[in-house]
Amino acid sequence: MHPASGPDALHWEAGGTSRIPFAVYTDEQRHRRELDRFFYQGHWCYVGLEAEIPNAGDFKRTVVGERSVIMTRAADGQIHVVENVCAHRGMRFCRKRHGNATEFVCPYHQWSYQPDGTLQGVPFRRGVRQDGKVNGGMPADFNPKDHGLTRLKVAVRGGVVFASFDHNVESLEDYMGPTILTYFDRLFNGRKLTILGYNRQRIPGNWKLMQENIKDPYHPGLLHTWFVTFGLWRADNKSELRMDAHHRHAAMVSTRGSMGQASGQAAQVTQVSSFKETMQLEDPRFLDIVPEPWWQLGGQEPAPPGRPKAPGAPSGGSEGHEVPSVGVQVPTAVMTTLFPSVIFQQQVNSVSTRHIQPDGHGAFDFVWTHFGFADDTEEMTQRRLRQANLFGPAGFVSADDGEVIEFSQQAFDSKPQHRALAELGGREVGETDHMVTETLIRGMYGYWRKVMEAPEKNEGGAA
Amino acid sequence: MSALVKVDFDTWQALQQLYSDYAFAVDSGQWELWPEFFTVDGVYKLQPRENHERGFPLSTLAFDSQAMLRDRVYGIKETLFHDPYYQRHVVGAPVVRQTDEQGRLHCEANYAVFRTKLDGPSTVFNVGRYLDIVTKTPDGLKFAQRLCIYDSEMIPNSIIYPI
Repeated sequence: MHPASGPDALHWEAGGTSRIPFAVYTDEQRHRRELDRFFYQGHWCYVGLEAEIPNAGDFKRTVVGERSVIMTRAADGQIHVVENVCAHRGMRFCRKRHGNATEFVCPYHQWSYQPDGTLQGVPFRRGVRQDGKVNGGMPADFNPKDHGLTRLKVAVRGGVVFASFDHNVESLEDYMGPTILTYFDRLFNGRKLTILGYNRQRIPGNWKLMQENIKDPYHPGLLHTWFVTFGLWRADNKSELRMDAHHRHAAMVSTRGSMGQASGQAAQVTQVSSFKETMQLEDPRFLDIVPEPWWQLGGQEPAPPGRPKAPGAPSGGSEGHEVPSVGVQVPTAVMTTLFPSVIFQQQVNSVSTRHIQPDGHGAFDFVWTHFGFADDTEEMTQRRLRQANLFGPAGFVSADDGEVIEFSQQAFDSKPQHRALAELGGREVGETDHMVTETLIRGMYGYWRKVMEAPEKNEGGAA
Repeated sequence: MSALVKVDFDTWQALQQLYSDYAFAVDSGQWELWPEFFTVDGVYKLQPRENHERGFPLSTLAFDSQAMLRDRVYGIKETLFHDPYYQRHVVGAPVVRQTDEQGRLHCEANYAVFRTKLDGPSTVFNVGRYLDIVTKTPDGLKFAQRLCIYDSEMIPNSIIYPI
């Protein structure tokens, strides 16, 4: 292979990550390396919510990267994640998307497994007796313990289930880091979750573009008329951009501002062409927003940007060393990107997980799980469902995100030697108290480069 | 098989016409025609079959007033950025399952929607069935409810226009 076409041939114009080569989105070999280094080693991936498998024997089939896995609940209530690859001939034996089963049986040769992946039955293991003679069977030294399903390491926090093929991965809490953990715990604060349902869409674009979309506070007030017109997400909203120490995860935090016309300096944000001054909803129930107590970060609020972070900040993040702030802003939207696999959405009363499931360098499936809380009133459930009209593959707001990703990918594939710009707010990386910046994208690519440019070691994925 | 629910010929013909007119309207690009097929408090839901069958309430789109449908029309025309496309509905003959005490017809029909982008082939876009409640009004038959329960759960990027 010509070295200039290999995965290491990327040219980062200007040295940093403010100019992103189109080729990061176009190369299949580079994509395989991303799967190995981000999805199969050293990282936690989202697999689902505990509430999806409430009872013993419940299971849900999903993916980690491009590998099929099954999230199960064993008889003792323990959650396991096992790879959907029969230890015998490698078949993806589980075809149902969800269900309840006391064991998994591969139909090909009926090898059977317990929900934790333990091999429990191998037909004709000791051969078949015929005319006083035993024919065939597995070798005498065949040990079922050596042939279970591949088990992933599992972490459950706040009802959310993560898994990793890498059993040496750091703890989930260390992986998120204290800042992101604070926003995670704000949403998943221990209340029992209820599943409202799923939306699924296939987006013909590179999976990283969805991470970037939710690390990009520049576009929502421009692309999304509803956001700018109704003040849900606007450049003049009080906002913060937060990151973990590696800059791989992020939280975009915003507090809803005014609807309609803004005055003074803020007027410039209402002069964008997508702002529709006279637009009114004929049915305002789409935006029947009721603040909820958990929106307030309170005593758990991490130090805001600008203030130095405590160097030895506890990884738990919620030890409450900080005095609750007075008059602290109450975020109405927190969009958390957990690299590489998931986005946690709070947009006013609508909450969901959005699971990124890559399929080659040029496409990914995007699976939305909308949820509520067991203590929601019926009115609150209806409100969440009605606000869900803004999101998902047909949403008033989110439908166009998939569209712009598709059209970006089209251009990348046609001229991979070119590059995109992410220079709003400068070329450096850091947390901000405003959203007029692409710092989070630059931060993510700083981390991406560090991991992707590291020398080869044990390539091929753990387990 | 379910029992045959008999309706008089005029009702039957009007029902056929309603289904045909709806398909014509949502394929015509004249989106403002769409809300007129519903009653003032009409319900329109576009829901993956999985959610419907497992009892999950979430829909991909869920509107419960004609006003919401008009807001959607405004969104399609003015606020949603998307690749332009044609769509073409092929709708099976409606089957009447029940006539309720209010004289409303509970009916259903299979549908397939094809999508054609400007520089591409026609592809199968969304396939499912309508679960409808049709009511007689002075302005003719209207949908009190139209649920579009779709098999095509993996949406090819986005759905903008009404199914």
